[in-house]
Amino acid sequence: MKLISAIIKPSRLDAVRDALSAQDIHGMTVTEVRGYGRQKGHTEIYRGAEYAVNFLPKLKVEIALTDEQVAQAIESITEAAQSGRIGDGKIFVFDLLDAVRIRTGERDTEAL
Amino acid sequence: MINNKTKMTLTLAAVPAFLAVSSLPAFAQDAAAAPVEYPAIFNTLLFLVGGFLVMWMAAGFSMLEMGLVRKKNVSMQGLKNITLYAVAGIMFWFTGYNLMYTGVDAGFIGTFGPYAFPEPGAGTAEAGYSVASDWFFQMVFAATTASIVSGTLAERIKFWPFIAFVAILTGVLYPITGSWQWGGGWLAEMGFSDFAGSTLVHSVGGWAALAGALFLGARNGRYGANGQVTPMPGSSIPLATLGMFILWLGWFGFNGASQLAMGTIADAADVSRIFVNTNLAAAAGVVTTVVLLQLIYKKIDVTMVINGALAGLVAITAEPLAPSVPVTLFIGAVGGAIVVFAVPMLDKLKIDDVVGAIPVHLLAGIWGTLITPLSGSGNYGTQLIGIVAIGAFTFIASGIIWAIFKATTGIRVSEEDEAIGLDKAEVGVEAYPEF
Repeated sequence: MKLISAIIKPSRLDAVRDALSAQDIHGMTVTEVRGYGRQKGHTEIYRGAEYAVNFLPKLKVEIALTDEQVAQAIESITEAAQSGRIGDGKIFVFDLLDAVRIRTGERDTEAL
Repeated sequence: MINNKTKMTLTLAAVPAFLAVSSLPAFAQDAAAAPVEYPAIFNTLLFLVGGFLVMWMAAGFSMLEMGLVRKKNVSMQGLKNITLYAVAGIMFWFTGYNLMYTGVDAGFIGTFGPYAFPEPGAGTAEAGYSVASDWFFQMVFAATTASIVSGTLAERIKFWPFIAFVAILTGVLYPITGSWQWGGGWLAEMGFSDFAGSTLVHSVGGWAALAGALFLGARNGRYGANGQVTPMPGSSIPLATLGMFILWLGWFGFNGASQLAMGTIADAADVSRIFVNTNLAAAAGVVTTVVLLQLIYKKIDVTMVINGALAGLVAITAEPLAPSVPVTLFIGAVGGAIVVFAVPMLDKLKIDDVVGAIPVHLLAGIWGTLITPLSGSGNYGTQLIGIVAIGAFTFIASGIIWAIFKATTGIRVSEEDEAIGLDKAEVGVEAYPEF
């Protein structure tokens, strides 16, 4: 099993969710995060004082899947989250050692 | 000669009066109000309505300040505003009113001692209004002065020394300078003009705040060694905006009821005119700030626009009755402009004013007071004397008090407390515990 952690632009969440649903992947956890990569941020002004906003709001979407689903998921997420501009985000893939469905106690891929 | 209208009124009044008299024997004496009392009743009504409108400004200050501080300090800002309003009310009974209004006689100070109110049912029209209504109206002005100080010093001042300062400000300092003008003191004799308190309330609050800011120091991390300024954006623009509108509404009581009379149509018309000018001055402050911010920064900072509206209101407070509309707009506009330039200037001087109270209340207050001769009230020389005298007294006295507190109890929370926030450090209640 794998855990995909995708950092995306907040405005792309609905598109990513729809794309994954179409692939029969239902189940994700979304966290509001801040971060930057090559997208440098921008300056803002508050009461006449300029300041650099380096950390930009993003969403982290975490999905647990079977090994077989990973390649398709990466493709779906990439297509849905892409705008072509700097700041689109990244996808990280982690090995997932185990999974448990709390309600029933099912383990492994049964729990996904 | 009793005219027909009065006859009719007396006859109508006699019916319930007769019923009241026959069912409650003890109420024999004043069952129907005599015509001579009507102006006093209307004057009293003006004080009561104006008074509670100004009381509502305490909510305005609270919302504005809570919106402009960071989340971790919101509960404290609420607590400070609630407590200062309560303390001001008590101190103004305990010493404030008599110090400001009793036995001033063109002098420098009134009389020490608590104020005494008529017993229930014993109110008369002798003063032209109810004595308690006048006390109430004046008390809320003292409370307003104290509110001004809490905004500037937010996010790093210790609660108890602040409240102690408020007690002295509302019980002693504000009443003394107030006695010089509204109490019939030496400034009034000289012809100084301050209709509703651009100097007596707003600049007094501003001077006390400035003195406090100088002794307190800026928030940690605010100003860098090379002139960098680190913004600390407020937690709620909606609250700040609501606060501004509440203050704007309250100002109709602040300025309008300062006419001190509504028993004749002439007075009622004057109160109405004051409402008009008050509103237009705020409007001019807003428009000016919006335009200037667009031109200078290409972005329009809503918190500065809020300040601009309030600066317009403060500026017109010295003379909200006399000016024509164009003059009113001019006065409000300059108030707004003052904010746009003064806010960054304070940062350059490393004076950390969290909400912009110094530009809004002190600087716009000075401007509003100085410009009253343009509307025919006072002359520039006298206005300047009043501004300087009240400014010097308040700034120096406040400075001494802040210095004493700083040397004894300390006025600033620890670095650690400032970092975790005053809500956790001194209030024990987080404003947004679930976020």
